[in-house]
Amino acid sequence: MSKIHKIKTPLTDDIIKELRIGDTVYLSGIIYTARDAAHKKLVELLEKGEKLPFDLKGAVIYYVGPSPAKPGMPIGSAGPTTSYRMDPYTPILLRNGLKACIGKGNRGQDVVNSLIENKGVYLAAIGGAAALIAKTIKNAEVIAYEELKAEAIRKLTVEDFPCTVANDMYGDDLYKKGVEEFLKTKK
Amino acid sequence: MREINVSELSDAVCKLFIDANYYIPEDVAGSLKKALERETSETAKEILKIILKNHDISASEKMPLCQDTGVAVLFMEIGQDVHFSGGDFEKAIAEGVRKGYSEGYLRKSMVGDPVMERKNTGDNNPPVLHIKIVPGENVKMTAAPKGGGSENMSEVRMMKAADGTKGIIDFAVDRVKRSGGNPCPPVIVGIGIGGDFEQSAILAKKALLRRFGERNADQKYAELEIEILKKINELGIGAMGFGGETTALEVFIEHVPCHIASMPVAININCHAARHKEIIL
Repeated sequence: MSKIHKIKTPLTDDIIKELRIGDTVYLSGIIYTARDAAHKKLVELLEKGEKLPFDLKGAVIYYVGPSPAKPGMPIGSAGPTTSYRMDPYTPILLRNGLKACIGKGNRGQDVVNSLIENKGVYLAAIGGAAALIAKTIKNAEVIAYEELKAEAIRKLTVEDFPCTVANDMYGDDLYKKGVEEFLKTKK
Repeated sequence: MREINVSELSDAVCKLFIDANYYIPEDVAGSLKKALERETSETAKEILKIILKNHDISASEKMPLCQDTGVAVLFMEIGQDVHFSGGDFEKAIAEGVRKGYSEGYLRKSMVGDPVMERKNTGDNNPPVLHIKIVPGENVKMTAAPKGGGSENMSEVRMMKAADGTKGIIDFAVDRVKRSGGNPCPPVIVGIGIGGDFEQSAILAKKALLRRFGERNADQKYAELEIEILKKINELGIGAMGFGGETTALEVFIEHVPCHIASMPVAININCHAARHKEIIL
């Protein structure tokens, strides 16, 4: 039976080990945005041994390029982007302390293995629910790569940001098991 | 002859892209509601409810349904008795895109160079324009902002006549299966068959504009649409790929004549946020 977890960032191994695929997570605290272009830059910094714009230890990265904020709002619409494009960069980030990433769509085997090895989780947010998700983002601040515009790294303060555990540290995959379990009910 | 000032085009383009991004078409929302009614997976039900709630929030707060407000795809049917005056036609369209994406707080998602620099153009230009000249003196414009996540799951295949309907069914079902949760299912599948390489792809995109519930006018193709939809929904991928009854809301096929040696088939996938808005000037 899937559980509901209310958790706060930064994440620890103790939090991660409680999370199983299909569980609902309401995340609060600080999370960082990064997508294709920012991932490339972060990994280049790691390879050169340079300091990142934020501390990866226990961190959560959200794959999103938000729409611009209207006056008086912290952010525009902010749903997840497709995650597989970040697959080449995710294992090195996990090895350096990243604990969770949020996106949509399934991950490659290298990422699944790296989540097991480094005790991490992949969380899925609902694609296209961007206006609803924006309501859970209370503050947003560009902290790096402003020139990337929508792709810049933002520090978000979130309250009860809704997502589902899609890959846990035990190697399970909701994209596989969810469909398998559903098809069993049709037999 | 009817004279239309290009500034009218700019204004129309601006409004079309804003409205398309804030308000989901009624037929799309209706289809999602029906999908919720017949859903048996609790997870998929919750997701569909959230998607429907998101429509209400975006409309009431006047903000984009999805942060990916897309490539500015614009279909135009221009009456041959129309004369555009007052400036450059394409610049006027680009001005409409710039204004709409700026004033509507829509995301600018275009990079100027696809491989080397990939620097954002800053105003979501250039658009992708599909123009057809038709009799009369009207101008019909359909804005169809297209997100990258579902576009990336699309494919053109140069098939053989011998592949027949079975080949097309297998291709479409396999394309959706390989896409899994990536394109934000439940999806809409546009299939363009015939023409040549590029025409099949444009047809597939055009198919996505069809009103939900309407079938191809040719009975054989209408039946093919229904069969492909049924097989796709037997995959059990469901909303966002976690398992469920509805993987696709609609399959639309458009077909045209083609070369004796060819059977081009293009599949264009759209996410559940199937946005488009039309105006006749």
